[in-house]
Amino acid sequence: MKHIDEYRDPALVLRLVEEIGKRAVKCWTIMEICGGQTHSIMRNGLDQLLPPNIDLVHGPGCPVCVTPLETIERALAIAAIPGVILVSFGDMLRVPGSEKDLFMARSEGADVRIVFSPLEALQIARDNPGKEVVFLAVGFETTAPANAMAVRQAAREGVVNFSELVSQVMVPPAMRAILSSPGNLVQGFLAAGHVCAIMGWEEYEPVAEEFGVPIVPAGFEPVDLLDGILKVVEMLEEGRGGVVNAYGRVVSREGNRDARRVMQEVFEVADRPWRGIGVIPKSGLVLRREYARFDAEKRFDVGHIAPQESPLCKSGEVLRGHLKPSDCSAFGRECTPQTPLGATMVSSEGACAAYYRYHRNPFVS
Amino acid sequence: MTEPFSCPLPIQRHETVQMAHGAGGRLSQDLMRRVFAPRFSNCFLDLMDDQAKLDLPSGRIAFTTDTYVVTPCFFPGGTIGTLAVNGTVNDLAVGGSNPLYLSAGFVLEEGFPLDDLERIAESMAVAARNAGVMIVAGDTKVVQKGSCDGIFINTSGIGLLRDDVSLSCRNLKPGDSILLSGSVGDHGMSIMTAREGLSFRSSISSDCASLNRMIAAVLDEVPEVHAMRDPTRGGVAAVLNELAVSSSVGIDIDETAIPVRDEVRGACELLGIDPLHVANEGKLIAVVPAQSAAKALDVMRRFDEGRQAVPVGSVTADHAGMVVMRTAFGSRRIVDLPLGEQLPRIC
Repeated sequence: MKHIDEYRDPALVLRLVEEIGKRAVKCWTIMEICGGQTHSIMRNGLDQLLPPNIDLVHGPGCPVCVTPLETIERALAIAAIPGVILVSFGDMLRVPGSEKDLFMARSEGADVRIVFSPLEALQIARDNPGKEVVFLAVGFETTAPANAMAVRQAAREGVVNFSELVSQVMVPPAMRAILSSPGNLVQGFLAAGHVCAIMGWEEYEPVAEEFGVPIVPAGFEPVDLLDGILKVVEMLEEGRGGVVNAYGRVVSREGNRDARRVMQEVFEVADRPWRGIGVIPKSGLVLRREYARFDAEKRFDVGHIAPQESPLCKSGEVLRGHLKPSDCSAFGRECTPQTPLGATMVSSEGACAAYYRYHRNPFVS
Repeated sequence: MTEPFSCPLPIQRHETVQMAHGAGGRLSQDLMRRVFAPRFSNCFLDLMDDQAKLDLPSGRIAFTTDTYVVTPCFFPGGTIGTLAVNGTVNDLAVGGSNPLYLSAGFVLEEGFPLDDLERIAESMAVAARNAGVMIVAGDTKVVQKGSCDGIFINTSGIGLLRDDVSLSCRNLKPGDSILLSGSVGDHGMSIMTAREGLSFRSSISSDCASLNRMIAAVLDEVPEVHAMRDPTRGGVAAVLNELAVSSSVGIDIDETAIPVRDEVRGACELLGIDPLHVANEGKLIAVVPAQSAAKALDVMRRFDEGRQAVPVGSVTADHAGMVVMRTAFGSRRIVDLPLGEQLPRIC
């Protein structure tokens, strides 16, 4: 299939693996930021092909994983209000709050719907003028432009029954938090290709310079990932930081200007709590004051929500690259996809779920 | 001249299903005469008794039931009706029986278009004819608007078990070959892309088909087959996992051997769904002793529904209860059971 097969070519994959083996002399720890990349690595067993001195650790780039439990609880509370249609991406429905998830809320009579785009949620609002339609707007810079667009569109059309429960986060502040955390192991990054398609790589240059690390925007197919790893390894061996693009067919230095413009028009930067990690300064997006009427958090008073995380869950250490999922004492025991303790075990992009799904058995590793 | 006075008669000819169609009175009879009787006609059903009195040769019978609630009820390659006939026929056939008789129970939502019901009944008649089975008993209930999604169909089926084969999911032996009759994921992706809400259209057609003729031919020539399954909900991954667990063996499969049509792959890539987890409605997985694999494949390939049959893996004594896939790059990974509903990813 065009645009896929050439990036899954076994001969090319093995050539890249060989090249990485030749170039990697010392031991290096590299973090892939995005959960989509983690899953592709696990699904294709790329970690098994790499030389033992290259250690891949898995980053926080899973929107479902880092959405605070408090946001999930708030979504559940809003969904339970009569006359509300809660609309979400499919992934979010299975994320457990303290007592239930949105699937269970739906089975109890809440009107919870899955869409592929926030613009569909806006359409639901137009079609149901007597209902309040709330979109659960989570994600990184990839989902932010479309989520912003839906709000801007609602404002322009005067759709008054539409709002968003916003939990938008951004990659560069998380990278800074990881690199500055005590005991950091990460020496180089594969940046998330889809995020960079929107944002470009300009904003990574100051991070690379400040911390002297290589940052390589990379795609999601085996050839993309290995090409990215090779570039990181080359830079590490040469002792240089900086940003080098390994996803040229999608990512440009300045990114998608139109998408960035609509994001900036609707959202502004704010401090944000990350599930498992805590508050990272200036790492999130909230609706600007002119769009505050579309903020579901302000529109629906559901009281004080302060949920408790499981003390067994170490997803914060996993998301920072300090711990491999399989090294967590609860992994595969108290914590499985059927009984997840944290969101990293729930999401299709979560690192713990990827390990459980593809590699939990010693025969496979 | 004055108009002759007459009482208003109830409307006789309806375009949609009414509550009265399920009330056992005149409209119920009309529905039977208009929709079902002419299409399903056979010597058992035509007697219009409350039960079918069937002649069965001596021996063991297989009996199964399944309920079909698919939305939309029309999709490329089939209808909820073809699914209801072929699904139950296939459930009988993969157990080593020759399907003979079906019952069909309909739950209809008030307001369901009668033209659509006729199209569905017609598609069931054609599917039953193709499979060589008779629909010998039936029932119709109508529920209020909003109580069901258009139409639900239950079919039960009876088949005569062959006494020359022994098929069971507990029969797998290390060394056995795993055979697959064709491409995976066609039905599930045809349904998913036919649903509203997706911003792309596809040409994917469901593989919905009855497998009993092909299965009978395979068993005639290769009676030593160990197990057969049709990988419906949960896809190939679910069936292989169930077989591995039931027989306490491991299963190794080869990623490059599994046929996936380009359109299905493309749609799965877009939605972040594994084709191995997607439902099929006209595919067969057969587990056979390695020395019989070539012969079984040869027989399957004589039929339209098995034209693309291929060996996809083997049974091993290692990693009991688990399915492991060798990737195109030589690495290995677990093929797990799908977890509930298939959810499209966020980004």
